[in-house]
Amino acid sequence: MYGAIGVGSSKMKIMHCPINGPRPVSEFQYGGELRSIPDPAVCTDAQWADYVFNRVGSPGVNREWWFHIPSNTWFIAERDTAADRVLRTWLYGEGPE
Amino acid sequence: MTNRLPPGPHEWIDRSKELPFTFEGRRYVGLAGDCVTSALWAGGERTLGRSFKYHRPRGILSLANHDVNALFQWGPKLNLRGDIVQLAAGMNLTAVNTFGDLGTDKGRFLEKIGPFLPVGFYYKAFHKPKALFPKWERMFRTLTGLGKVDFQTPRMQVPKRTLHADLLVVGAGAAGLAAAIAAAEADARVVVVDENAGPGGSLGYQRGADGQSVALLGELLAKAQSLSNLELRLGTCAAGFYADFWVPLVSASGLARLRTKAMIVASGVQEQPAVFRNNDLPGVMLASAAQRLVYRYRVKPAEAMLVLAANLEGYSAALDMKANGMEVVAVVDPRPEGEASAVGDAVRASGIEVLCGAWVREALGSNGRLRSAIVCRLDESGEARTATARIIACDGLLMSVGFAPAAALLYQAGARMRYDEGVQQFVPDVLPGGVFAAGRVNGVYATAHKIEDGRQAAAAALDWLAGRATSSSQPAVRDGRSPSHPYPIVAHPEGKNFVDFDEDLQLKDLFNAAQEGFDNIELLKRYSTVGMGPSQGKHSNMNAIRILAKIRGEPCGAVGTTTARPFYHPVPMGMLAGRGFSPYRTTPLQSCHKFLGAVSMMAGNWLRPEYYPQVGKSKEEAVREEAAAVRMAVGLIDIGTLGKLEVRGPDAVAFLERVYAGTFADMKVGSTRYGLMVDETGIITDDGVVARLAHEHFFFTTTTSNSALVYRELSRLNAMWRLELGLVNLTGGYCGMNLAGPRSRAVLARVSDIDTSEAAFPFLAVQEATVAGVTARILRVGFVGEVGYEIHVPADQAHHVWDALIESGRIHGIRAFGVEAQRLLRLEKGHIIVGQDTDGLTTPFDAAMQWAVKMQKPFFVGQRSLAILKQKPRKQRLVGFVRDTREPAPKEGHLVIDGTNIAGRITSTAWSDTLGMQIGLAYVSIPLAQPGTELQIRVDGGVLVTARVAKLPFYDPANTRQRIGDDARERPENESGRSSAVEAAV
Repeated sequence: MYGAIGVGSSKMKIMHCPINGPRPVSEFQYGGELRSIPDPAVCTDAQWADYVFNRVGSPGVNREWWFHIPSNTWFIAERDTAADRVLRTWLYGEGPE
Repeated sequence: MTNRLPPGPHEWIDRSKELPFTFEGRRYVGLAGDCVTSALWAGGERTLGRSFKYHRPRGILSLANHDVNALFQWGPKLNLRGDIVQLAAGMNLTAVNTFGDLGTDKGRFLEKIGPFLPVGFYYKAFHKPKALFPKWERMFRTLTGLGKVDFQTPRMQVPKRTLHADLLVVGAGAAGLAAAIAAAEADARVVVVDENAGPGGSLGYQRGADGQSVALLGELLAKAQSLSNLELRLGTCAAGFYADFWVPLVSASGLARLRTKAMIVASGVQEQPAVFRNNDLPGVMLASAAQRLVYRYRVKPAEAMLVLAANLEGYSAALDMKANGMEVVAVVDPRPEGEASAVGDAVRASGIEVLCGAWVREALGSNGRLRSAIVCRLDESGEARTATARIIACDGLLMSVGFAPAAALLYQAGARMRYDEGVQQFVPDVLPGGVFAAGRVNGVYATAHKIEDGRQAAAAALDWLAGRATSSSQPAVRDGRSPSHPYPIVAHPEGKNFVDFDEDLQLKDLFNAAQEGFDNIELLKRYSTVGMGPSQGKHSNMNAIRILAKIRGEPCGAVGTTTARPFYHPVPMGMLAGRGFSPYRTTPLQSCHKFLGAVSMMAGNWLRPEYYPQVGKSKEEAVREEAAAVRMAVGLIDIGTLGKLEVRGPDAVAFLERVYAGTFADMKVGSTRYGLMVDETGIITDDGVVARLAHEHFFFTTTTSNSALVYRELSRLNAMWRLELGLVNLTGGYCGMNLAGPRSRAVLARVSDIDTSEAAFPFLAVQEATVAGVTARILRVGFVGEVGYEIHVPADQAHHVWDALIESGRIHGIRAFGVEAQRLLRLEKGHIIVGQDTDGLTTPFDAAMQWAVKMQKPFFVGQRSLAILKQKPRKQRLVGFVRDTREPAPKEGHLVIDGTNIAGRITSTAWSDTLGMQIGLAYVSIPLAQPGTELQIRVDGGVLVTARVAKLPFYDPANTRQRIGDDARERPENESGRSSAVEAAV
């Protein structure tokens, strides 16, 4: 039913919080790319610096942290940044990440 | 009122209500229901405004809400569109864009110098000499722009509403009403909007002297009104399409934000002008404009009409004029074969002369009024054969040569359009899910077909709403005729054949622009400004596309269209402006501060007392007295703004160990410890005090401005780590106050049964105890460098406890103190404020806070980065500095200069009465960081002053002041100095 998410401009989109359902995007905050932390005990300085400073900037399907502000809910959103479309959302640890 | 026709069915005016108004100082009387333009036209006015560039007289063009040459100013309201603004009694209107009186506008000279103002002239001229540019700029600022802004205009507050619907139908014409009725009958919640004051679209005015269309309109309206789940909003413009079906609906009463689930665009078309010389003379207008005048407002457009018709609609308009008592002198039809339909037959049968294969080459007039037109036969290539010229007297010239879809919402929704050669119009090709088109915007013109098209769109929308695959939708039924002429344009050597009436662009301007290389539609638009005026090309874009297609020898579809951005229709700024809400937080003690007359300041999003003014004393004196009270007796400060968090559970210690740089596992129950937080890059982000209330239960504070962010980030980390604990935000649930000073112990003892001896309640201990009858968490702290108690109580008890402490302290000379005094006091102790004495690049090493970092732990956020940073040479270090002289005083942000280099900057500084000198914190390069080093600081005015690096803290280096009695335990000097509660960064 929500296949049209992402049509048009990005203002006042609807986002699906896994706990609260569809809500206006103004209730949400972006929390950065979902990344896996390298083992700090064994990784090189260069690997660590790459983890700390570099982000994927290319358009495409990314997994990101998002936050529903009123209910303090963090979750993961899979978002196609080229099509400006949220594909799905889930609570961390309860999805495919 | 001589131009008013007798009453007719579905007229919009109320003849019983006369509305007097003035225009350019002249008095008129209109009728309720009139728009400004119709009332003026009825009153015999023909020049309604002056054109933008050449100041030519202009009358009615379209009367379709985009007539931007008829703009008016009414007091502070400027650029009112005469064709959309309803007439009101007492309006005092003037034309915009005139110099002096509208009739004798001094700007007319601009037309004479027109040849020197070619397209793009402002890109080419006025560059040299550069020194003259400001003069040119001033001149153009005077000449350009429409209307006069009244800077005294009161703030306009416009209500904003939010609506929800299953289906939005844009346009209440035949297709829109049919679609809305069909959807509402299937129980969808339907909102229909139409930007016009009355419903019906072309059913209401394109009648062809026939009663059928209004009869049908009556039936549709009756049906629509009988459906309670169908809401018809007139005078309402769907101004844009935003993501997820969010549509702003603009009406005179305000803005409504509609969230719908599907949308049918049945917005119709905009009639397009023909291009010939003087096609802008008042009296020359679109056929539909004349029909609107006649049927909506019952106003005679003119007495003797010439109709330039390239379609059935033009013939139909000729019949409308004749049926309403006007003379139609001739119909001029560029098509050699003329109009082969019943309507064409009716025109010929009525005795109207029809000239086929002909075109109006030029309109002629005087005193801003049309008097006649020159009609020529066309040759095979579509050029006018001047030898056949014939002058036909007329005071009205109706143009009916084609239409352009009002497809802005479709474009914004992401529709792909294609040029249909059959109807000579852009029509929807691929529509996004949930968006549908019906009626003329879909290229469907015959009334019966429009009804059918609307129903079909409704069926598809209902499928979409039900989550069904859209049933195999029938292709739109187009009529097999072309309502639009493929090239309704004839050249004229003397020009003044306008393509864009907003910007006064003539045919040759577009040819010149293309010749100069701007032959892409987007480039042509920007270079020539076609379509960039107030109507955004509603009457010019289609002809510009046709002209460019001809220049490039390509079909219109290959030329494409420009981008149609929201808003579709300009609106007053008040429609968009918010109320200027800026939310801020107050603590439960706000009324206490108000009672004391506190001067407030913003700290993060908190409103905090900066200081408490004293009668007859300056701010500086008041702050000094507050600080002195803390040092000599006792003070009380509201610290309810601190973030207050609680963590409980088997993994509570492990969690704190992971989020703070320090170590907490070895803390005893009942003790507190300073905590420093860094991010993954090792940068300081926050600090606070961690109190262990029970083995698996901690209470900890964050800085004022970071309280929400820290809680948010800790929540994220816990979502990721999945430790066994509960994290609770008590920031609003609790309120804290800091009772500090040598007499604080005595004040507390009077309202609490707590044993305040050093043995029972030592420095850095925490206890749960009763204060003024309220269960409180009390932390022995020393942020300001004296004996102090942070008392945290449930928010609803805070006021009571504050009053009790003030009362208890009265005999000790207690003073409430504000942020300003606290900043001074903590600076005297050398305590940093995160965010003021640190920035986005400050590591604990820079801030000389290695003592708060325990690198030996298994893991904490930022640990690996700090391990790397630790190996690198330091570039700067936070040091204290002192100055004995008061003036000129360095300020925060002033630079430390070493020779010709910048060697640091000041982060905090203040004059300390207690110490009798100027003190401060500064980042300096490592060679300058040794105590005793002389620093050169560049203060206001570029003067260099000297300061001396000093050891921290400035005040009470042995920390004797914050201990009670003789049993003070020894602590490592640096740690105890910092291990006190840390107040908010501001």
